[in-house]
Amino acid sequence: MIRRTCLSVAGLIVAGSAKADWALNMPRGVTELSVQTYDLHMQVFYWCVAIGAVVFGAMIWSLIRHRKSLGAEPAKFSHSMAAEVIWTTIPIIILLLMAIPAAETLVKLEDGRKPDMTVVVTGYQWRWHYAYQGEDVAFYSSLARTSADARRKNSGIDPFTVENYLLDVDRRLVVPKGAKVRILLTSNDVLHAWWVPDLAVKKDAIPGFINETFFRAEQSGVYRGQCAELCGMDHGYMPIVVEVLEQDEYQAWLDGQKSAEAKVATAK
Amino acid sequence: MSSAVTAANEHDHDHHGPAKGLKRWLYATNHKDIGTMYLVFSGLMFFTGGFMALIIRSELFTPGLQFVAPNFFNQMTTMHALIMVFGAVMPAFVGLANWMIPMMIGAPDMALPRMNNWSFWILPVAFSMLLATLFMPGGAPAGGWTMYPPLVLQTGDAFPFLIFSVHLMGLSSIMGAINVIVTIINMRTPDMTLLKMPMFVWTWLITAYLLIAVMPVLAGAVTMLLTDQFFGTSFFLAAGGGDPVMFQHIFWFFGHPEVYIMILPAFGVVSEIIPTFARKPLFGHDSMVYAASSIAFLSFIVWAHHMFTVGMPLTGQLFFMFATMLIAVPTGVKVFNWTATMWKGAMTFETPMLFSLAFLFLFTIGGFSGLMLAVVSSDIQYHDSYFVVAHFHYVLVPGSIFAIMAAVYYWLPKWTGHMYNEKLGQVHFWLSTIFVNVTFFPMHFLGLAGMPRRIPDYSTQFTDFNSIASIGAIGFGLSQLLFVYVVIQCVRKQGAKASSEVWEHPKGLEWTVPSPAPYHTFNDPPKVAAEVAFS
Repeated sequence: MIRRTCLSVAGLIVAGSAKADWALNMPRGVTELSVQTYDLHMQVFYWCVAIGAVVFGAMIWSLIRHRKSLGAEPAKFSHSMAAEVIWTTIPIIILLLMAIPAAETLVKLEDGRKPDMTVVVTGYQWRWHYAYQGEDVAFYSSLARTSADARRKNSGIDPFTVENYLLDVDRRLVVPKGAKVRILLTSNDVLHAWWVPDLAVKKDAIPGFINETFFRAEQSGVYRGQCAELCGMDHGYMPIVVEVLEQDEYQAWLDGQKSAEAKVATAK
Repeated sequence: MSSAVTAANEHDHDHHGPAKGLKRWLYATNHKDIGTMYLVFSGLMFFTGGFMALIIRSELFTPGLQFVAPNFFNQMTTMHALIMVFGAVMPAFVGLANWMIPMMIGAPDMALPRMNNWSFWILPVAFSMLLATLFMPGGAPAGGWTMYPPLVLQTGDAFPFLIFSVHLMGLSSIMGAINVIVTIINMRTPDMTLLKMPMFVWTWLITAYLLIAVMPVLAGAVTMLLTDQFFGTSFFLAAGGGDPVMFQHIFWFFGHPEVYIMILPAFGVVSEIIPTFARKPLFGHDSMVYAASSIAFLSFIVWAHHMFTVGMPLTGQLFFMFATMLIAVPTGVKVFNWTATMWKGAMTFETPMLFSLAFLFLFTIGGFSGLMLAVVSSDIQYHDSYFVVAHFHYVLVPGSIFAIMAAVYYWLPKWTGHMYNEKLGQVHFWLSTIFVNVTFFPMHFLGLAGMPRRIPDYSTQFTDFNSIASIGAIGFGLSQLLFVYVVIQCVRKQGAKASSEVWEHPKGLEWTVPSPAPYHTFNDPPKVAAEVAFS
């Protein structure tokens, strides 16, 4: 225990210097919609800061100036129609200003028309299954061996030595850059949720129902996420890794998968 | 808090003094005794649920599993929530209602004293049963306090006990609510018209209606779970033609008003305390009433904002987003009115006022994150992440629980006849306020950075803020022992004697009776003098 504490204190110091580890805010992400979502998030946040500055400012001013120890005499007023009308109307106007961009983004978020490809994602306790529609490629994606070993209680393996601890899988979902990827979600057992922050996608996987979402990654790279709906004992251990490749690399990967599948089929 | 015990001894001349020993509590019909029992019970549950929170935070101090298995971790998160919501916060407010409502409206007791007894004594049974599930095969419920199917149907032997205990908690709440409504409507002293009622009474009246409206909905939802599990129905099972999402709709139709059940009485408490210590009448008493009523109404039409990721039609999402944003308007009115109450007052900062001020600031922060959560496309990122955990803990801990503590400090001298230790009270306040922020503020960052809630272990980049939050949680937990010490000290009469007014000319009928309040108050309806009236 003491060793662990020392480790994490050391971790605090190390991470404090490594700026990348000190994430404070939502990632901007790599899709048009993730950037819009981020902007919307910041916009509402700045509104809150502005309102907070005014409201907290008034409170603090009052706390400083209107105290009995300074000899303040309490005023007698207890009503003001004008004040009440003002502080009902102004919030309504601010809310309208917020609601318009919020609704615009939402409409775009729901526009899943004309996808370039479709992957059927099925949640299992506790891993994901990906099936590329019309491509004969399908596989399970589970927590990577390195994390699976280290995560056991008293495993003796320090999580800090494991690369992408708990955010790594044995087989990644691979998609091409720039393609509108439709994700059809369902589940084999209980509720799960498929969440990749950089793609601004989070949708529940519901047994017996098919949910739909989509993303169009503008940058190649590896994006990590986790199951976001409590799904039992190993809910914390079913990460999602999406690898976005250039179009030609993706095609090569897909062909490789198909020939591997074919080999397995003939071997049988 | 068991002030009435000693109070009773001093008032032996009273015709109907309390019974002696266990009978007094078991057969209690006196609103003050029952209020005391509710508050003591709530305190026990607060520490039980808090202990579970510390298990959670200890495990999350650093990555890797150190103390508990994942399944037990899920049991802890589930039980922590159920105990805090139904065992700590709600009973505390019912306790305050029992103690204060009759004294604030000039009634001799609650309208239905025997039912009052029953609605309290159901609670220890319900929670014993719930806690007993920890020792059953398969352990305690681990599917989250929201009990979403199909996962909750994987609960072991604990399942029927979970359902039955939720039924009992609901029964207790409904009876408590009926009692509050009947008391307020029928037993006010003749002078006290509805709009002259103190805000605490008003907010409780509204809360009681919410309870009666939604507790049966919860009972219905969990009964359907029960029949799905044992009687072959398929309300929530797709294989039999049901829909798991329907449970969420029903649950949150209960769950969202439930949120306001836990905060409206807190609004009431703060609306009592701020005027007293600002030495100025509550600003806009009537508009506060209308704001609370609007919040209550809106709470029925926003439930689906808890489930923006389940796949709803666009129009549905737009409706629930707009309706949710609208709640900011009446909530804003309340915050502005409290600020206007302080404005140009003559404030002093005793412990109840300090807790109310922390409530004002920190609840508002929770309100801001609530507004952010209302925006669907951002909510899709926040949903089920630590950002949500931060949000609801901000409105529940420095929100509801700080208001409860403020209320206890405010009325404790009235209950016991003695002042609490002001210096220790203030130390308790500062420790609580600092640690509550150390605990919950970093959780905003964790959620935004992508940490899901309800996970026993996390990727290493989340380490720093988790460690900070855990240190805060332990500090907050330990600080509450000081609270117990201060309360016990006061109950054991180790403070100065309190006058009947206790504070400097507070308004309200409860300050017209002696401190400690005699076992029976207002056997004859009092006149509401101008200086105690609110409106």
